[in-house]
Amino acid sequence: MVYVALLCLRRRILNVFYDVVSSLYFHIGETEKKCFIEEIPDETMIIGNYRTQLYDKQREEYLPATQGLGMFVEVKDPDDKVILSRQYGSEGRFTFTSHTPGEHQICLHSNSSKFSLFAGGMLRVHLDIQVGEHANNYAEIAAKDKLTELQLRVRQLVEQVDQIQKEQNYQRYREERFRQTSESTNQRVLWWSIVQTLILVAIGIWQMRHLKSFFEAKKLV
Amino acid sequence: MLFLGLGCLLLHVFVVFGTELTFELPDNDKQCFYEELEKDVKFEIDFQVIAGGNYDVDCFVTDPLNNVLYNEKKKQYDSFSHTTAMAGVYKVCFSNGFSTFTHKTVYLDFRHGDEEPLIQTMTGSTALTQLESSCVSIHEILKVVADSQTWYRLREAHDRTKAEHLLERVTFWSIGETVLLFVIGIGQVMLLRSFFSEKKGSVAAAT
Repeated sequence: MVYVALLCLRRRILNVFYDVVSSLYFHIGETEKKCFIEEIPDETMIIGNYRTQLYDKQREEYLPATQGLGMFVEVKDPDDKVILSRQYGSEGRFTFTSHTPGEHQICLHSNSSKFSLFAGGMLRVHLDIQVGEHANNYAEIAAKDKLTELQLRVRQLVEQVDQIQKEQNYQRYREERFRQTSESTNQRVLWWSIVQTLILVAIGIWQMRHLKSFFEAKKLV
Repeated sequence: MLFLGLGCLLLHVFVVFGTELTFELPDNDKQCFYEELEKDVKFEIDFQVIAGGNYDVDCFVTDPLNNVLYNEKKKQYDSFSHTTAMAGVYKVCFSNGFSTFTHKTVYLDFRHGDEEPLIQTMTGSTALTQLESSCVSIHEILKVVADSQTWYRLREAHDRTKAEHLLERVTFWSIGETVLLFVIGIGQVMLLRSFFSEKKGSVAAAT
């Protein structure tokens, strides 16, 4: 029973550490740039957490990266304007809030200039991106506004509904864009068909007239 | 001690994470994502191809012993769910090997574990009041709503990409065809004239 309790406690502590970056990981090369796209409505907050690990040849496993090896994080908004461009350490957390709805691009690449640092291996990057309501830290909110458990639950529901409403507005804006594109295509197809038919007829008539006058000049007709 | 042990057992919620990522897969490239999971954890993988070519991608999932759990070729979207039989690193890979010049944009949603309580004191070891259980059911329903919004957003992005692509192709093809029409129209006449100019002597001789 003591053992079970201790095991549980250890698990709890690990949970707290895992809180931030025990998530999906991928490998990235020395000069490689990995980009992720987030399509979000406006006024939405995004929190990204990452943690890097470098392959240690001696111990033959992945260990937390050395200091000095940082990641360069660049975030572009839908109009290709850079809204965040910063270098973080081997472990970092970046936050930004969108001001225009659309596809935001989050790019990561390592700042390593010494090619031997990666020792031919890859850098392992753990990445976790939280969007909108998921980015809220409820423990903090509860402490700041002194909310009871029930109030906190209701606050979470309010945030969720808020996010859903923002997404719906964004959906309306996207549908309009889609409709404009389709109507544009429809118009273009229509006009170009008419113009091309006219061009065809005009060229046909011109060809015949030109050839007729040509043959008459050559005294063949 | 007994109470602590029991309480602790009830606190034993799995670590949660749903990670949603949308990334670009260049042609002939393979991109893998790894996740370290415990035993008996249920995980779900959802992926969709939002843009590029025929909107399809190869996907396979392997367990820590490299056994293939899921392997599909040229899928546009799919969902895969599995309960882990062992602890270790699970891998999900996407491959665009069959494409020679189109790069694909793929959306991946990897969810595992149960939901983490809002704050660590909400253990669920005490029974919920009616208000609290209503809150929980509303929360679950709103999660479904948010998920379905994500689904529609992705389908819409996919259809919009197709429509924009179509518009581009219609424009270029129209301009190209007009140029081609003029070139062929005038070219035919020129060619015909050149035939009669050369053989003028022989035609005249024949008639």
